Amino acid sequence: MIHTKIVDRPKLNLWEKLYFPEVFRGVLLTSKHFFKNLTLHMFHAIGLFRKVAAMVTIQYPEKLWKLPSRSRTRHRLTKREDGSPRCVACMMCETVCPARCIYIVAEEHPDPNIEKRPKSFDIDLGKCVYCGFCVEACPEDAIRMDTQILDIAAYSREGMKLDMNELLNPTKGIQKGVAS
Amino acid sequence: MIVTLTIQAVLAAITLFFVFNLAALHTWIERKQSALMQDRIGANRAWIVLPWKWAAPINWLLMPFNVLGLFHPIADAIKMFTKEDYIPPKGNKFLHTLAPCLSLFFALVGFAAIPFGNTIEIGGRVINLQVANINVAVLYIFAMASMGVYGVVLAGFSSNNNYAVLGGLRASSQMLSYEIAIGLTIMGVVMIYGSLNLQELVKAQGKYLFGWVPLWGAVVQPIGFLLFLAAGIAETKRIPYDAPEGESEIIGYFVEYSGMKFGMFFFTDYLETIMIACLATTLFLGGWQVPYLHETGFQFPWGATVLIAPLVVSILQMFSFITKVLFFCWLFMAIRWTLPRFRYDQLLKLGWYYMFPIALANVFVTAILLLWITK
Repeated sequence: MIHTKIVDRPKLNLWEKLYFPEVFRGVLLTSKHFFKNLTLHMFHAIGLFRKVAAMVTIQYPEKLWKLPSRSRTRHRLTKREDGSPRCVACMMCETVCPARCIYIVAEEHPDPNIEKRPKSFDIDLGKCVYCGFCVEACPEDAIRMDTQILDIAAYSREGMKLDMNELLNPTKGIQKGVAS
Repeated sequence: MIVTLTIQAVLAAITLFFVFNLAALHTWIERKQSALMQDRIGANRAWIVLPWKWAAPINWLLMPFNVLGLFHPIADAIKMFTKEDYIPPKGNKFLHTLAPCLSLFFALVGFAAIPFGNTIEIGGRVINLQVANINVAVLYIFAMASMGVYGVVLAGFSSNNNYAVLGGLRASSQMLSYEIAIGLTIMGVVMIYGSLNLQELVKAQGKYLFGWVPLWGAVVQPIGFLLFLAAGIAETKRIPYDAPEGESEIIGYFVEYSGMKFGMFFFTDYLETIMIACLATTLFLGGWQVPYLHETGFQFPWGATVLIAPLVVSILQMFSFITKVLFFCWLFMAIRWTLPRFRYDQLLKLGWYYMFPIALANVFVTAILLLWITK
């Protein structure tokens, strides 16, 4: 059985139907914010009441929003103690990736205890949907999405591709001069 | 003859300078005021910083402008002028180019009749602080304002775009319905002060009711004042009366415009806002009148007098006019960022069912009261 809830439009009384008083009330509310913020901005300019915020805006490139530690950001490859990638080129992430943005070329690892290692490990950020399946699929904890890098921008599609070196040593921004 | 012409040219230049700058600043006011009203900070990224070491003092001087975002209008202008100017291939090229010019022209010429100060005497020559002292200034301004709708209609018609036509038609019907209401609200003021000349109207508002209440239009015509404000905002085609533009349904009559031609329509909106602010000031808030300020100085109703030089009096009066205009600009901006927009049918209903009859009743009541008082 479908329950339908009918929400009636609120009936306006005469005072509200006159429109002018309600307009006045609305303008009063917004101008209250206006004058409060104006005064606060002026006080801030001369160095007073800095603690009381006049706006909710975060000035983005200068100040960064603190991301929750679980948020999925740009990928990185973790390293072994000797600095080589933990990745064993099992292709699990490449297989699970719904956007097919991971390209791994495997080669034999010199250490006989480890079967394979990636010869190249590229991620095309232009395709990545940040689902995090690669992180969940990885049996070696070799790929993580915890670099907290969000300012991903490039002038070309080629620029959106990350190679293994960039993934192992994540720096801020992927192209120099694009995003700080 | 040449001196008179020069004086007129200087007055026109002053008016144009003030109006143009205020209209350009309106883009800044709009951004910053809406930001403050919504607890945001507004545009502040267009910085001018000179790279050289010797320019440090200049940079220091530019800093407040940078921080306040005052260079955004310049950035806007550069953007508008360098954008591609696109004319729809199946549109009418001539009319498409003519429309924004018409719009801007008719929005600008109205300012000629606005008095921004009392007559001043310089070197034995009496100068009216008004570009053109027209006898029927009220009619002239409304003629020009209603001609402005031609630009809008032509823009819609010449774009070969259904949405643009719809916007143009909406604009014309809105203008028609509110033009009548606005004309009738002004009739009340004209009846009381007995003149269509704006300078005379302002001078007549220098009298006092009961000896201490300034006899401003808003005092003797409170309903007319409110109606004028409401209908005046409708004239500017801005929210809450933005059916011709209606960004969410039809883009409006300027949907096929780009670059500075779009900029001209945008500019016209602001010019019309200033025009309505100037008119509201002139007709209802005593124009350049300062309460209790006479030609020789302040004469307060409790008997005190402060003598002031005539030039200072004129400057005070001009300052008073500009302050009132800025107040109305602020108010219109506050209303624009407070209210949601009307639906098209609500808009016409408000115009014809409520504003028009109330304005008519206002004229009747004013006429009867005037007869009763003057008898």
